[in-house]
Amino acid sequence: MKSISNKLASLLLIAGAWVGSAAHAVQDLPGGPAVNQLNLHPPVTKIAEEQHFLHWMMLIICTVIFVAVFSVMFYSIWKHRRSKGAKSANFHESVTVEVVWTIVPFIIVILMALPATKVLVAQKDTTNADLTIKTTGYQWKWGYDYITGEGEGLAFISTLDSSHRVMSDSGNVKDAPTDYLLKVDNPMVVPVGKKIRIITTANDVIHAFMVPAFGIKQDAIPGFVRDTWFRAEKIGDYYGQCAELCGKEHAYMPIHVKVVSAEDYTAWVADQKKKAAAKLDDPTKVWALDDIMKRGEKVYAANCAACHQANGKGAGPIKPLDGSAIVLDADHVKQIQVLLKGAANGAMPAWAQLSDTDIAAVATYTKNSWSNKTGQLVQPAEIVAQRGK
Amino acid sequence: MSAVLDNHGHAGDHAHDDHGHHGPTGWRRWVYATNHKDIGTLYLLFAFAMLMVGGVLALLIRAELFQPGLQLVNPELFNQLTTMHGLIMVFGAIMPAFVGFANWMIPLQIGASDMAFARMNNFSFWLMIPAAIMLVASFFMPGGAPAAGWTLYAPLTLQMGPSMDAGIFAMHILGASSIMGSINIIVTILNMRAPGMTLMKMPMFAWTWLITAYLLIAVMPVLAGAITMTLTDRHFGTSFFNPAGGGDPVMYQHIFWFFGHPEVYIMILPAFGIISQIVPAFARKKLFGYASMVYATSSIAILSFIVWAHHMFTTGMPVTGQLFFMYATMLISVPTAVKIFNWIATMWRGSMTFETPMLFAVGFIFVFTMGGFTGLILAMAPIDIQLQDTYYVVAHFHYVLVAGSLFSMFAGVYYWLPKWTGVMYSETRGQIHFWGSLITFNITFFPMHFLGLAGMPRRYADYPMQFADFNAIASVGALGFGLMQVYFFLAVIVPAMRGKGEKATAKPWDGAEGLEWEVPSPAPFHTFENPPKLDATATRVIG
Repeated sequence: MKSISNKLASLLLIAGAWVGSAAHAVQDLPGGPAVNQLNLHPPVTKIAEEQHFLHWMMLIICTVIFVAVFSVMFYSIWKHRRSKGAKSANFHESVTVEVVWTIVPFIIVILMALPATKVLVAQKDTTNADLTIKTTGYQWKWGYDYITGEGEGLAFISTLDSSHRVMSDSGNVKDAPTDYLLKVDNPMVVPVGKKIRIITTANDVIHAFMVPAFGIKQDAIPGFVRDTWFRAEKIGDYYGQCAELCGKEHAYMPIHVKVVSAEDYTAWVADQKKKAAAKLDDPTKVWALDDIMKRGEKVYAANCAACHQANGKGAGPIKPLDGSAIVLDADHVKQIQVLLKGAANGAMPAWAQLSDTDIAAVATYTKNSWSNKTGQLVQPAEIVAQRGK
Repeated sequence: MSAVLDNHGHAGDHAHDDHGHHGPTGWRRWVYATNHKDIGTLYLLFAFAMLMVGGVLALLIRAELFQPGLQLVNPELFNQLTTMHGLIMVFGAIMPAFVGFANWMIPLQIGASDMAFARMNNFSFWLMIPAAIMLVASFFMPGGAPAAGWTLYAPLTLQMGPSMDAGIFAMHILGASSIMGSINIIVTILNMRAPGMTLMKMPMFAWTWLITAYLLIAVMPVLAGAITMTLTDRHFGTSFFNPAGGGDPVMYQHIFWFFGHPEVYIMILPAFGIISQIVPAFARKKLFGYASMVYATSSIAILSFIVWAHHMFTTGMPVTGQLFFMYATMLISVPTAVKIFNWIATMWRGSMTFETPMLFAVGFIFVFTMGGFTGLILAMAPIDIQLQDTYYVVAHFHYVLVAGSLFSMFAGVYYWLPKWTGVMYSETRGQIHFWGSLITFNITFFPMHFLGLAGMPRRYADYPMQFADFNAIASVGALGFGLMQVYFFLAVIVPAMRGKGEKATAKPWDGAEGLEWEVPSPAPFHTFENPPKLDATATRVIG
């Protein structure tokens, strides 16, 4: 089957190039989509393998039935046409035939359902996990919290590389990298061969956590927790994307899971713990304008620029920050509240999950960028004061 | 259909109009229309107009997806396009078109003089106009059209701008229109059949519509309930689906799909009916297994109520729930297979010719079955976990909705056009339309199976580079498919409406059976004003 599908693929590739698509030298992305991939991703878990098997089984059974049934039809079309002098017969009823072709498909369907049942029960069994990670869907990024197991307590946000978002908007993808729209700043890291339980939930609307190579897809539903699991059998990088329509940036919240060896995982956890401790900003620290502006620029690029644009002018229904009265206001409370709680019915999402320092930094940044030259400085302590108000 | 208009305009010339009744003429004829044929014409033209609007939206989507990167629209507008494409095609094109067929053909097929409630019939058509205007105009409202997908999943709908309310209102109106149409069809079929036409002698098209009408009455109020709850969540402080107030977003999906799954059968059962009329006509042989066709259609309708959660395998149902819905869904393939077998048995040892209606009917059986098989594959929950919300699903439902419902309607249009207009279409043009549509359809949607298997999620404005080629192929196919339908309108519909073409006899298809072929072509404005006497098979008028 492999060779046939390869031939088919190259044929389609030629056809694709012929219609003049952007078929420059795009490479396969290991663990992500391959160029003109024709089948499911190469499986990395037992469940994905079973899904593969089921899909092949179904495809073969369906194709055989399809070919059988339609050869009868086309034979009839060929033979029983008036131009060939066919006279129509007069039969139009047969209980026996009807019973037979009701029972036969029924039996086939039952035979198909049996192996599927086994896989279904296995893929719902999330007990005895070695590691539990809560993934939270935000508009439009993923939050990963390591709940139990090695690495417990780690928590970080995973966002699409902002240069990819800019490239998408520009419409020019000539120099797009292989992992276009799939590269994130902080991938989820898990050890190989361990049972990982993923708990999903969401902050705003429904998202879906999908990694095709693992054979998992689980909706992340606000207000509810659901779970799924995988046990990756190969070290490598695996990619997925949000699979449930979640608003305008739906296409821009990829998933990247890095599967590493047990030792590497332990090292990664230690490293993360160290970094987290260092990153833990003291919210009472008093910042100087230059330092906090630098910090704010990064926060803005990662979180705000997708909607408000790098130039702060917004677009369409998105309000401009450049020249905005709320941003320019000497009283910082209003802007801080918008940042913490969102506005316009969630069109501007709440950003309370960012640290006090990050929010202060981004507020300061907007107050001193573009044509906004207020010279005002928002300190983290002000955010602390506004939280929960 | 202007042939009909001419008849009526000079109503006095015609023997059938000897009672001296003159209906309104000019625009009043259409606005005040109570004649089932006029209303059928209105429905069909309206549906075609909406097909074009929805088609333009589809082409905008495909143009944006021709290449990776955003060249034409921003992601917000892209979501509006996918949402409105779905809503307009389902509620504005496919459903009204089938009601148009029902209006035209059911009274003719069962020997009734008109639909049971002629004024309600008028109302249910004209209700759709403000709804359609509201849907299309929502693009120009602040914040643009609804962008939560045609399924309108909460809580994303709670974030939408005011156009969401316009959309909900439009759906309410369309739902009311559908319910009224269904009541009309049920009452007409149950009460107004000519003497001698028992239910089990009724043409299959009338049978499938009778069952469809019951489905509509059962589930349209469910949709109305779901979107009303969305409305009160948005404006009146309730929290049915808003998790922030203790609501359950998954409950919305259960309610929606309890409507939504029977809805897909609402859009395919009348198609089965049309195909069951056409295949025997061109095989010149009676429909094989008439009774089993009726039972199969009814079983599909009943089963359609207990399979809804197969749209929700990834929401995290308990394993028992997944198993139940997987088994029930796979079971539906049994009665559907019976229908396919019956059609093929009807062709077997017939004396077939392949005019355009038959081509579309055979094309329907062939391509719809592909959609049926991908449906069976999707029904299998472990595989669905991979394919849910990917392009595989998009490919699947376009195979059943476009190659299914739409192709059956093309078949029906070519089959009954001589009856409606009194002239034959051009066979060459019909065949160009068929082959053009079939080929471009497959170019558009077949590659989407591969995209889905490779994991490309649906409703994506931009995608990784590896998906580029198949998307480009699909976009080219879509443009071709769109142009074929413009060709259909200009080369087939317009000439027929202007009465251009060879005059049609009362029964232009020698193998066709049924009362509609017992009246002249074009069908006079009033038919079967007195109940006809029927022969034993209830397919011919005697005396």
